[in-house]
Amino acid sequence: MADNKIKIDMVEGKVKGSVKSRRAVAYVVLSITCFFCLIWFYILIINATRSKGELTKGFTPFPSTHLIENLHNALTGTQPILNGMLNSVIVSVCTAALCVYFSCMTAYAIHAYDFKLKKAIFTVILAIMMIPTQVTALGFLQLIDKMNLMDNFIPLIVPSIAAPIVFFYMKQYMESTLPLELLEAARIDGAGEIRIFNTIVLPLMVPAMAVQAIFSFVSSWNNYFTPALVLSTDKKKTLPILIAQLRGADFLKFDMGVVYATIAFSIFPVVVVYLVLSKFIVGGLAAGSVKG
Amino acid sequence: MNKKKSVVSYNKWGYIFLIPFAVVFVVFQLIPLINTIKNSFFEHYRDGLTIIGPNWVGFKNYIKLFSEGNILKYFKNTMIMWIMGFIPQIIISLLFAAWFSDPSLRLKCQRFFKTVIYLPNLIMASAFSMLFFTLFSTVGPVNDILMKVGILKEAYDFMAHTGSVRALVALMNCLMWFGNTTILLLAGMMGIDTALFEAAEVDGATANQVFWKITLPILKPILIYVMVTSLIGGLQMFDVPQILTDGKGSPNNSATTLIMCLNNHLYSKNYGMGGALSVILFFITGVLSIIVFKFSGNEDKYGKA
Repeated sequence: MADNKIKIDMVEGKVKGSVKSRRAVAYVVLSITCFFCLIWFYILIINATRSKGELTKGFTPFPSTHLIENLHNALTGTQPILNGMLNSVIVSVCTAALCVYFSCMTAYAIHAYDFKLKKAIFTVILAIMMIPTQVTALGFLQLIDKMNLMDNFIPLIVPSIAAPIVFFYMKQYMESTLPLELLEAARIDGAGEIRIFNTIVLPLMVPAMAVQAIFSFVSSWNNYFTPALVLSTDKKKTLPILIAQLRGADFLKFDMGVVYATIAFSIFPVVVVYLVLSKFIVGGLAAGSVKG
Repeated sequence: MNKKKSVVSYNKWGYIFLIPFAVVFVVFQLIPLINTIKNSFFEHYRDGLTIIGPNWVGFKNYIKLFSEGNILKYFKNTMIMWIMGFIPQIIISLLFAAWFSDPSLRLKCQRFFKTVIYLPNLIMASAFSMLFFTLFSTVGPVNDILMKVGILKEAYDFMAHTGSVRALVALMNCLMWFGNTTILLLAGMMGIDTALFEAAEVDGATANQVFWKITLPILKPILIYVMVTSLIGGLQMFDVPQILTDGKGSPNNSATTLIMCLNNHLYSKNYGMGGALSVILFFITGVLSIIVFKFSGNEDKYGKA
């Protein structure tokens, strides 16, 4: 009896010990990985604060005092960075707004109504989900050339109305939050269908819309392929194109502090938004993937 | 009678609400897709200032693409860089997801870790690769640190060697996507019935056995989903190698991907060849998507909470 007890204690002790050591390993590996995720941005911040002369002397892990100067030089230099930022904001905000609103509308059409082609249309939307934009880029460019929309923001913004992945997320969310009885009640009260959508359905969808708005904003903000093919005048270029031009120029002639400041300038708005909203983003991601 | 009529009139709104999506899809995706396919059968390019074509040539563009277009080489480059990034990515993601979901570990600061590992996914790929280019240049901080520590005697030119350029592209892709994969796999692991783990624990299974014998087999559909969607994404690899190598795929075109090649055709208005390449990519993506859909059907059975 006592023998048995000791044995059990020993086994339990062993299990506890192994949990402890596994936990220690987990913390160490996670910390190292986090270090490798963040070190690049740390070096970026440090180098953005250092002057040209300091940068040629090699790397130090401590910030210097030239951040304002570098930012000022970046903004007033040959690259229209501030303009690019403005263009990026316009394109990304419009893209996110249109994408979220109309994806919600499409999801509502499939969720709330019963019509003959519903199943067929749903299948088609799922089937086109994976078509990469690059594959249709050739025909797309020819088309907008014919429509006289080259070097214009419209072909970058309007196509986001048809976003199958956002639609799918919205539909999943709607299934769990929008009871059809609610719509019936609104109809009995005499509300029109468009009004029901705008005043009853949309407010209920705000959490899902917020998550997807962030994602479409970010992917539009970061998009390089299509804008680079569509936009050609310097005044209209978005930030990723300007970054690419920076790479194309003979960069050794540049003030490297200014180069770092420019990169920081295009990365950190998104980082700040992400850190402020990370609770919703990481949570929303997991929710969407469990449901999807 | 009256009621039935009103139901019918409500349901027409289904079609009305679908109009914006349908119109935009047809104009900006379907017509361009058809046009792209059409272009692939015509000889149509610019030679200096003269435009040649469009003349119907059948499958000549496709044959030309394989015989002189280096497409197989670019396909190989794309795949090598994808695999080099994907293998560490999936291993790290599986490990982290297993740790995060393990109830006996009870890791603290989970939200902090998740926030940090997801962060690189949101970074502008072009700015990220520009950053890597400056960090890894011969006069950049990485070389400087490695020399100070004593690992390198003289600066190593990361941009001049096939292996190091590909490794950098793979490293960036891995960094940008492993957080996303971790969260996907974690959601799948959280969906597994805990009774299974409890039963295994009662039977005296070790954490290792539980992972290999229970978690992995149940996760198989999600793993396949992750792998194939990552492969589709890998085929579209563009921003990172484009900016890192300034569009040249240097050294010696060893980092040129399929989409970089397409991009070059689009810039030089070489519509025939660009069209043929697009159609090939379209079909590869289509086949891969069918695999995803086949397996995400299974995911419903196992993966859902």
